[in-house]
Amino acid sequence: MTQTIGAAHPEPPTVDQIEKLSLRQWRFTKSKQSQRIAAAWLVTPACALLLIFVIIPIVLTFVLAFTNAKLISPTGPQFVGFDNFARLFGDPLFWKSLRNTVLFAVFVVPVQAGLALVLALLINVKIRGVNFFRTVYFLPVVTSMVVVSLLWKLLYQPNGLINNFLAVFGIDGPDWLGNPNTALVSILVMSVWQGVGFHMVIWLSGLQTIPQDMYEAGAIDGAGNWQRFRYITWPALRQTRTFILITITIQAFALFTQIQVMTQGGPLDSTSTIVYQAVRVGFSLQQTGYASALSLVFFVLVLAVSLVQRYLTRDKDVKK
Amino acid sequence: MTQAPTRVAETAVAPQDKAPGAGLTVWRYVVRCLLLLVFALPLLFMLMSSLKPDTQIFRDVDSINAFLPVGDVSLSNYTAVFDKVPFWRFLMNSVILTTLTVGLGLIVNSMCAFGLARLKFRGQGIVLGVILATLIVPFETLALPLLWWVNLLPYFDGSVGWLDTYEVQFIPFIANAFSIYLFYSYFDSIPKELDEAAKVDGASWFTIYRKIIMPLSGPAVATVAILTFLPAWNQYLWPLMAVQTESLRPVMVGIDYFSQLTTNWGQIMAYASLITIPVLVVFIAFQRSFINSIASSGVKG
Repeated sequence: MTQTIGAAHPEPPTVDQIEKLSLRQWRFTKSKQSQRIAAAWLVTPACALLLIFVIIPIVLTFVLAFTNAKLISPTGPQFVGFDNFARLFGDPLFWKSLRNTVLFAVFVVPVQAGLALVLALLINVKIRGVNFFRTVYFLPVVTSMVVVSLLWKLLYQPNGLINNFLAVFGIDGPDWLGNPNTALVSILVMSVWQGVGFHMVIWLSGLQTIPQDMYEAGAIDGAGNWQRFRYITWPALRQTRTFILITITIQAFALFTQIQVMTQGGPLDSTSTIVYQAVRVGFSLQQTGYASALSLVFFVLVLAVSLVQRYLTRDKDVKK
Repeated sequence: MTQAPTRVAETAVAPQDKAPGAGLTVWRYVVRCLLLLVFALPLLFMLMSSLKPDTQIFRDVDSINAFLPVGDVSLSNYTAVFDKVPFWRFLMNSVILTTLTVGLGLIVNSMCAFGLARLKFRGQGIVLGVILATLIVPFETLALPLLWWVNLLPYFDGSVGWLDTYEVQFIPFIANAFSIYLFYSYFDSIPKELDEAAKVDGASWFTIYRKIIMPLSGPAVATVAILTFLPAWNQYLWPLMAVQTESLRPVMVGIDYFSQLTTNWGQIMAYASLITIPVLVVFIAFQRSFINSIASSGVKG
């Protein structure tokens, strides 16, 4: 209806309008019941599955962390208070794993996000063959991390391709995965190689939402390449940036596959991570309670990063 | 529609390269090509090494031969893979599990999203809120409690415990909060008048879902299918823990075990190529849809 609220002389509804209204009302009441039944049929399968396989396990993480639950055990779990956490915080391997996990995240986030942005800028152009470049940059993303880890394990061999390549420049490469000083860095480089194409595409979708006339206006004002990037592109990518930083950070904290396939936490625990420890303890040693405590630490890390990112970008959210 | 801002695979606009100097253009092209080598050469090396015995692989790494099918080239690594492990069984397992996860996921998640987006019922907001809230919890958080939990669940034949079964590898992954979210935002953008008109014609809600909304939602179906296909095919952590029997293993766990069984890199690369090349071919064939799907996954911000 076009009538504005609080108008001085509201016109009374016509008979025609009243008839239409009541008909709609009648139809609405009748359809309300049918909607409820239909909704139950439609929504229940997914919700039941989510309840059993996601929501209950999440709750269990919090509950089992305070018990001595074992994967295979004739007796049920018993409440043990903060015993798991006491054991955890007294375990040097935990601190080493936490340190490795955080270190990995701190370096992988800017490197991967930055390189992905460079790639996105390089292919955000109208030239021939740009599709080809984008497709090739994206190939590692569709390659499984298990395969990538095995492939790079071969590349990283002391007498492997990478060291032979470095030898061309006179560099004597180390035993990348066998040396505690280089193992984590090697895994980091490989992880960036595998994942950077994914975030390139996300940056690209952000870049393409920037209206062209902003650049035209910038060109009129005589903005150079760098100024255009600094004052137009970068501010416009704010939301994309938040999303990319959060997803890379969470992925980095969840570092597991590369470790399991390439180093098994070694050498000298230099590549052990939180999730790797959780799997070792909860699966290999079957100590579900202790593993839940580790999982909880992992979740707190993820939650903290998400909340900090939310907080840093709150203005944007409020405006929306 | 909702897909509009995510058409990354369409022609790109050129804000950065409007009028850079000729030198800069050339320089950028060189960088693009160098990066091309960085991403393509390791994969090419994998494929070429799969054709060579180990002595040949390590003899070739100091020259361009590493990326060429030269020297002692044969398919013997591939036959060795088939001899040592039941590769076709692993492959079939992965194909079946991926198909079931993606296929059933499309049905279950779209139904749920349809109910949430286009019907009205009490508690709707809470259901949607809880589903979206689970998105911030990574799978790694709940993997180990889930392992303990599925071991206590009643199984279909009346026994207890789902470990070491086919079902444990796909049923937990059918319902997917992110898929529901993607379907929900797509369905929400389709005019509601369509439902009303169909209702007047006597269509049931299920008919509206199946005959009207789903046929209109091709892009959303493609996006969800692609975004659930890759993780399903690449499943590793979960089957590694939940399945012990060799004949139930998917390809990724299979290659991990295979790599512990042998020290022959050529054979490992042969197995790696066998499970990678088909996916790369599918990707290249549908690369436009792939890239658009990934792009739209980032729009949630």
